[in-house]
Amino acid sequence: MATTILAPREHYLNESYGIKSWLFTTDHKRIALLYLVSITTMFFVGGIFALLIRLELLTPPGDLVQAETYNKLFSMHGITMVWFFLIPSIPTVLGNFLIPMMIVAKDLAFPRLNLTSWYLFDLSALFLLWTILNGGVDTGWTFYTPYSSIFSNTNVMTAVLAILINGFSSILTGMNFIVTIHRMRAPGMTWFRLPLFVWTHYATSLILVLATPVLALTLTLVGIERVFRIGLFDPALGGDPLLFQHLFWFYSHPAVYIMILPAMGVVSELVTCFSRQEIYGYKFVAFASLGIAFYSFLVWGHHMFVAGQSAYAAMIFSFLSYFVAIPSAVKVFNWTATLYKGSVSYQTPMLYALGFIGLFVIGGLTGLFVAALGVDVHVTDTYFVIAHFHYIMVGGSVMGYLGGLHYWWPKISGRLYPEGWAKLSALIVFLGFNLTFFPQFILGYLGMPRRYYAYPEEFQVLNVLSSAGASILGVGYILPLVYLIWSMRYGRAAGPNPWPATGLEWQMPSPPPRDNFAITPVVTEPPYQYPRMKSQDGETITAEEQPA
Amino acid sequence: MTTEQVVSPKTYLLVFAALLGLLLLTVAVAFIDLGLFNIVVALGIATAKALLIALYFMHLRYGDRLMWVVAAGGAFWLGILLTLTMSDYLTRGWIPIPGK
Amino acid sequence: MNGVGTAADERSTVSQRSSVLEHHFRDLEQQRGASTLGMWIFLATEVMFFGVLFLGYTAYRVVYHESFAEGSHHLKLLLGSINTVVLLSSSLTMALAVHAAQLGRSKALVSFLLMTMLLGVAFLGIKALEYYYEYEERLVPGLNFAYSGSNAGHVELFFILYFFMTGLHAFHLTVGIGLVAVIAFLAWRGRYTAEYHTPVELTGLYWHFVDVIWVFLFPLLYLIDRYR
Repeated sequence: MATTILAPREHYLNESYGIKSWLFTTDHKRIALLYLVSITTMFFVGGIFALLIRLELLTPPGDLVQAETYNKLFSMHGITMVWFFLIPSIPTVLGNFLIPMMIVAKDLAFPRLNLTSWYLFDLSALFLLWTILNGGVDTGWTFYTPYSSIFSNTNVMTAVLAILINGFSSILTGMNFIVTIHRMRAPGMTWFRLPLFVWTHYATSLILVLATPVLALTLTLVGIERVFRIGLFDPALGGDPLLFQHLFWFYSHPAVYIMILPAMGVVSELVTCFSRQEIYGYKFVAFASLGIAFYSFLVWGHHMFVAGQSAYAAMIFSFLSYFVAIPSAVKVFNWTATLYKGSVSYQTPMLYALGFIGLFVIGGLTGLFVAALGVDVHVTDTYFVIAHFHYIMVGGSVMGYLGGLHYWWPKISGRLYPEGWAKLSALIVFLGFNLTFFPQFILGYLGMPRRYYAYPEEFQVLNVLSSAGASILGVGYILPLVYLIWSMRYGRAAGPNPWPATGLEWQMPSPPPRDNFAITPVVTEPPYQYPRMKSQDGETITAEEQPA
Repeated sequence: MTTEQVVSPKTYLLVFAALLGLLLLTVAVAFIDLGLFNIVVALGIATAKALLIALYFMHLRYGDRLMWVVAAGGAFWLGILLTLTMSDYLTRGWIPIPGK
Repeated sequence: MNGVGTAADERSTVSQRSSVLEHHFRDLEQQRGASTLGMWIFLATEVMFFGVLFLGYTAYRVVYHESFAEGSHHLKLLLGSINTVVLLSSSLTMALAVHAAQLGRSKALVSFLLMTMLLGVAFLGIKALEYYYEYEERLVPGLNFAYSGSNAGHVELFFILYFFMTGLHAFHLTVGIGLVAVIAFLAWRGRYTAEYHTPVELTGLYWHFVDVIWVFLFPLLYLIDRYR
């Protein structure tokens, strides 16, 4: 055979060069990377606000910033983290990258719409930055009327515009995913052969398209009331501030499930790979995802127990809120059952997945506390609630995001990250997180209100612990930023399947070619066939045999 | 996915006539005092008109079941918003405690 | 693990691919199916979008029934009814336009699209006339709303909803007219055939949806307790 000079392999990163090939790309993988840059930036912007909050709370009196400034800090922290990190992160980075591969398609259904979503996201981020530079808003991320619509003297209008545009970006992404998953699956890829990652993104997309439009018009109404003084929520006309709250929470409660469902999808992938087991109860987990999406729309009034809604409505919402825990619990049971008698290994993604399960359970159980009408009267608007949702959003979503980022990093970048540093960071994150937020449960139960910049002396010890934890957590987040970027240049080259994992994305080179599959595989099996996965010499691959 | 159904113009004209008839009906009924039933009839007629437009003009009758689900889903979700919110407004003042 | 095959590749050799087929789709049918589903999902988002105002209307009508009836009686029923006929007719012409496209009749397609546009513009004209009357009668919140009576605030809420709901509807209708204009132009240039006319269908779906919104707005706004 004549020798041939091998050309360097072409893949999605090097198939074209230049800024235009990135800014005008329609390749879902490149768009995922564009999003990665945007949301990482916004994560650290939101993190700076958190840092300032925790600095202020080191001491009982309000001595770092003025009260009005503190109001702006927690408002901007919430707005930035919710809309500019938690909601987009996993779907736009991991979802965009992986879904076409997982369903054996060349791209999403609407690639140009995908790029448009990214541009809208960036435009909304610019409006947010403008808001921040102009002094932010002090209404809380919740924008309650009539303060936001009439009395606040801060930049409500630009903040509203930012969230509005961000909302359209979300809606388009949701639409894209739903149509893609329905219409672009290759022959043989039936619904029940889809990875659970796809199921959770489908469920997330349902929420995105049904809930976000409500937020869009509701915030528009607030903006109109501010600018044109035409007030649907104006008490002087007989308007009801609670109408705003109903509309706001109709979106914002399902929104928290937008934030957690994708992370649950990641965990399903990680738990199966790193215990070398099929998922226990695939259909239960799949349907639980849909159940969460549907049911999340029925409980929003539990954010309004003390706001003035009727007692009967409060009772109905409290009753319904208990049941929303069920599908989430089903998933936790199934993940645990998957681990049972598995061949478990503790690579970095698995550390994040295990952390997720434990912290999500704590966050979820404390959700039952606040769902109980009587208990909530005591703990609402205290640090108990703050701890509850941070356990789920940070202990849950962010850890799911980091776990997924590490797991698929070899596929995305073609490089391996340094496992030692990564494990260390995961541990730092876990420790820092718990030190930050566990004291807050106690603080809240003891009565420390949220959104206050000063507190009684006796709360200082717990606050100091929390702030110390926050600084540790911050280090835990900065480390991956450093070593992941480092690995892009100096990391060891990753093969197609370093774990090794089942799943179609691992059947192609790392990084993948532009059109994903050179030859379209025909799918004949369900996912997670780990027990049957054989190594070179025909033996089942156990945890010990996985690369370190 | 189904192949495209060509609906005859005659069907469209019949639907249009029905829509005009329902319009006449809804205006006429508005002038009769039916108490609580006025709104029920008005919304009923509006729903009937909307269904005619959706089924025939928008080809829901001839299309993929999935479109049905999407259309019904949108309406159903609006129903959730309205029903659960009205559970607040309709029960205010039922308990003799101020503000409840 | 998974078998390797070339299931769908044969159908998409370069010479057979239509120029309107995008590269990530297997065939025109998949492309059409995706676009249609996408438009229906978009319409569902619009239902939720308008739903915000429908909720505001429902809540306030229940608690301020008298004032809402009072406000409703100020609306011009005749003009509103005529407008309903206009919009229903435009849905008819739109449906006939899609029908013409399905049969590849370009001339008829363009004619029906133009008729649809005309009727849409007529609707906007009549609406503008109504708005003018409301302005004359000092019923425009934020501009010149002046109402005597102890329930002036509640009546103003009715008119806020009236202007927001019909205004949002009119905005959507304007966008629709723009879309129809673009489609009509492309149809006139011969872009659509019996095999490919998906944009016409999708525009039709959007147009009918705007009609459906009005079908609900009309009785809710114009017909409250008209027997008084």
